[in-house]
Amino acid sequence: MTKKHSDDDGHKKNTSTEDSKPLQDPSRRKFVKNTGMIAGGVVGGSLLGGLLTNEFKSKSNENPSNQEHNERFQEARQFFSRYEDFLVLAAATERIFPKDDNGPGAIELGVPYFIDKQLAGRWGINGRDYRHAPFMQQSSKKVDNSNAQVEQLILNRGEIFIQGLRKMNQLSENRFKTTFDKADEDQQIEILKDFDDGKVKMNGVPSKSFFILLRQSTLEGAYADPLYGGNKNMEGWKMKNFPGAQASYANVVEEDDFVKMEPMSLNDYQQH
Amino acid sequence: MVKKLDKVDVVTVGSGWSGGIVAAELSKKGYQVLVLERGQYKKQEDFVGTKDELRFSLRYDLMQDLSKDTITSRNYMDEKALPVRNNDQARLGSNTGGAGVHWNGISFRWLPYDFEIYSKTVERYGKEKIPDEVTIQDWGITYDELEPYYDRFEKTAGISGEENPIGPKRSDKYPTPPMKDTTAIRLFKKATKELGYHPYHMPSANVTETYENPDGETINACMYCAFCEEYGCDFGAKADPIITVLATAEKTGNYEIRNEATVVRVLHDGNRATGVVYVDTNTGEEYEQPADLVVLAGFVFTNTRLLLLSKIGRPYDPTTGKGVIGKNFTGHFSNLSTYVGARGYFEDKKFNTFMGTGALGATIDDFSGDNMDHTDLDFLHGFEVHYSQLGARPIANNQVPEGTPTWGKEFKEKSLHYTYRNLFITPQSGYTPKKHNYMDLDPTYKDFLGNPLLRVTCKYTDQDRNLSRKGISICKEIMEKMGADIVDTDEISDDVEFNHAYYTDHFLGGVIMGSDPETSAVNTYSQMWDMENLFVVGGSSFPHNSNYNPTGTIGAFAYRAADGMIKYLDNGGGLVEKGK
Ligand SMILES: Cc1cc2nc3c(=O)[nH]c(=O)nc-3n(C[C@H](O)[C@H](O)[C@H](O)COP(=O)(O)OP(=O)(O)OC[C@H]3O[C@@H](n4cnc5c(N)ncnc54)[C@H](O)[C@@H]3O)c2cc1C
Ligand code: SF4
Repeated sequence: MTKKHSDDDGHKKNTSTEDSKPLQDPSRRKFVKNTGMIAGGVVGGSLLGGLLTNEFKSKSNENPSNQEHNERFQEARQFFSRYEDFLVLAAATERIFPKDDNGPGAIELGVPYFIDKQLAGRWGINGRDYRHAPFMQQSSKKVDNSNAQVEQLILNRGEIFIQGLRKMNQLSENRFKTTFDKADEDQQIEILKDFDDGKVKMNGVPSKSFFILLRQSTLEGAYADPLYGGNKNMEGWKMKNFPGAQASYANVVEEDDFVKMEPMSLNDYQQH
Repeated sequence: MVKKLDKVDVVTVGSGWSGGIVAAELSKKGYQVLVLERGQYKKQEDFVGTKDELRFSLRYDLMQDLSKDTITSRNYMDEKALPVRNNDQARLGSNTGGAGVHWNGISFRWLPYDFEIYSKTVERYGKEKIPDEVTIQDWGITYDELEPYYDRFEKTAGISGEENPIGPKRSDKYPTPPMKDTTAIRLFKKATKELGYHPYHMPSANVTETYENPDGETINACMYCAFCEEYGCDFGAKADPIITVLATAEKTGNYEIRNEATVVRVLHDGNRATGVVYVDTNTGEEYEQPADLVVLAGFVFTNTRLLLLSKIGRPYDPTTGKGVIGKNFTGHFSNLSTYVGARGYFEDKKFNTFMGTGALGATIDDFSGDNMDHTDLDFLHGFEVHYSQLGARPIANNQVPEGTPTWGKEFKEKSLHYTYRNLFITPQSGYTPKKHNYMDLDPTYKDFLGNPLLRVTCKYTDQDRNLSRKGISICKEIMEKMGADIVDTDEISDDVEFNHAYYTDHFLGGVIMGSDPETSAVNTYSQMWDMENLFVVGGSSFPHNSNYNPTGTIGAFAYRAADGMIKYLDNGGGLVEKGK
């Protein structure tokens, strides 16, 4: 018998929410205060990184369980090398899927780390796509199909992300004299809207296409099986009442009333 | 240096339903069958525990790896075609079992009208009804002649079905009882009945009870597990080639499957096919595989392409309408023929739509084919309107009423609110072939082995758009009757055009059947007119597209083709059906 998540549910839940606190919502005061600590100081990568993990650090002194260790080890960046890009990503995903009364937002769900991992893999370099030249757009190709547009680009998904996030940051600096992650919610939304409306000039990719990619990856991170690093503790599924990987609905599929079930992750399902 | 291998009786390209049925039937008769399959070797155990939306629905784990091979696509003949680069645009089969592994399992029969579409149209409406560019033709076979083969396919796959109140006649009932009802299906059935239509459960290869098929293969009972379309079945409950026909072939001892073997040419001496050349894609080495009988069952695109690459048959010329290879490309298109329709939002009702199966749902045939009178309509063919409950998985199901933002606070709130409060109904419409919709070889792009890609040229006509609009209007009527508080319908604008999305995998034509060798490439046994020992099996042989999913009919014709092959081999040659 494998140990089930539910055995230590309460404990795990707590740590998970707390762990992600520093990334909870960059536009909120607490975060601004945190970053203020280093304002004017030497912004070295490790120092800045420390800000995002300071709570992990203090925790690790408390002799954490293996479970906690594992969670912490999974949260390192493998695609984004520049920390600033990652902060912009985090802020953008949170605006797309914000924390609210229904439950956690993108950051708490682990979406930024999810996207980072996805970009580091085969998907990020369009590994399954046909990638031979010539790359060009079709004259009559109608933009009603965003995918059709993206797929003829020479840029791969990782490159599109990097360019898009830096553009976001640059726009924020120009307009609001602050980095994107530190801009107000409304300011962030304004910039994202411009991307969504295709108003931002990018190099080799329409900003709308980048936005669609960003939005789609955010939803993926919120709702994919937690094994990919998002949908933390199945909180995305819980908000949505999605039961995850269930072996069978044969006995309940005919029911008229809505059936609520505890979600099951692949981890539980496969080790059933 | 091409390495020459020992001769086999029969070699097939592809291990999907088409290749699998042929392999089973011929190996059962004692012929030695070799199946060459470009994809990986898969068995049922590969699908256990794979309820992973990201991997299978968003990253297309089981679909064709386009980095190696794809098609190119354009709308107009004066345009440069561009490659279909990404699986968002192409869900095509690969690996053992082909697309039959990750299909939904909706297994329809087509209409008597379909097989005699030209004659029946002329008879009912006169010749003038058919626009110049529409190249519909009779198939050279009637429904009644095909019926026994439908029966065989349905028995092999254990299809679960409900009698269609207005369907064509059947020689036997479905092998297993229909799937269960759900709240949403009951609602759809009630509304359509009240409107005077004739709803019935879609015939399903998600089999409703443990079933042993005539070959002795067991299919288990479906669990309604909701990870079905785009997934292999966790439980061996969805009829697929692996657990049925390929298993049967395996048991005969006369069958071998060779995976990671991409066929690149059919060898021939002008009159007879002598074998195929394939590349072992692990080593890059080329092999010549001689065979008495060569069967192409690599889906529409490969079948057409291999003939063109091997210079077999007369290539179709869209300017003169002469020639046949590549002719009559049709399909179900995702911004025209299906996936458009009416979405209803219900404030007071939450449906258990997270449960479901690939083929769970109900449909009506009141507008199918020529079931409606087309006298005053400016299009041919029709549509079936269905509600299907596939299992609403969370990444793909974030629908919000029109006018709602697609991200941010309001989106999150509403998408959560409506997750189980929305239902979608869609018409799946037929598609008539057009002179200007065809396939040939691309002049620019090549696959990973250096061979030219297949090029598709396809554009819509006003008739296509009108048919689609009519279908959507019926969806709207039904959805309103179902009592939705908000009904959003898709618009088909005058300039909506084929979007190069090969998403439905319902693509047909290129090597079409008929009774006249001038206007068809194969007879109704899928045997090439120009080369008797070459059979080209699958949807490639369909002269047009009906308003139903194709695989039930592909299965039926594969059984007929196998009969033809056996006849051919037993007779020691000859056309098993002569041209007129
Ligand atoms: C997601 C999805 C859902 C579907 N749902 C339904 C449904 O509900 N109902 C329905 O009727 N239809 C459905 N279809 C369509 C259905 O799957 C196909 O019509 C059917 O499987 C076609 O069978 P086939 O054997 O002719 O071709 P395929 O299954 O495509 O098999 C062809 C095989 O040939 C191999 N091959 C191709 N080229 C080469 C080469 N050069 N060398 C060697 N091997 C090669 C391929 O790898 C593949 O395995 C669906 C398709 C998809 C993708
Ligand atoms: S819904 Fe049924 S047939 Fe489909 S994968 Fe699940 S158990 Fe198999």
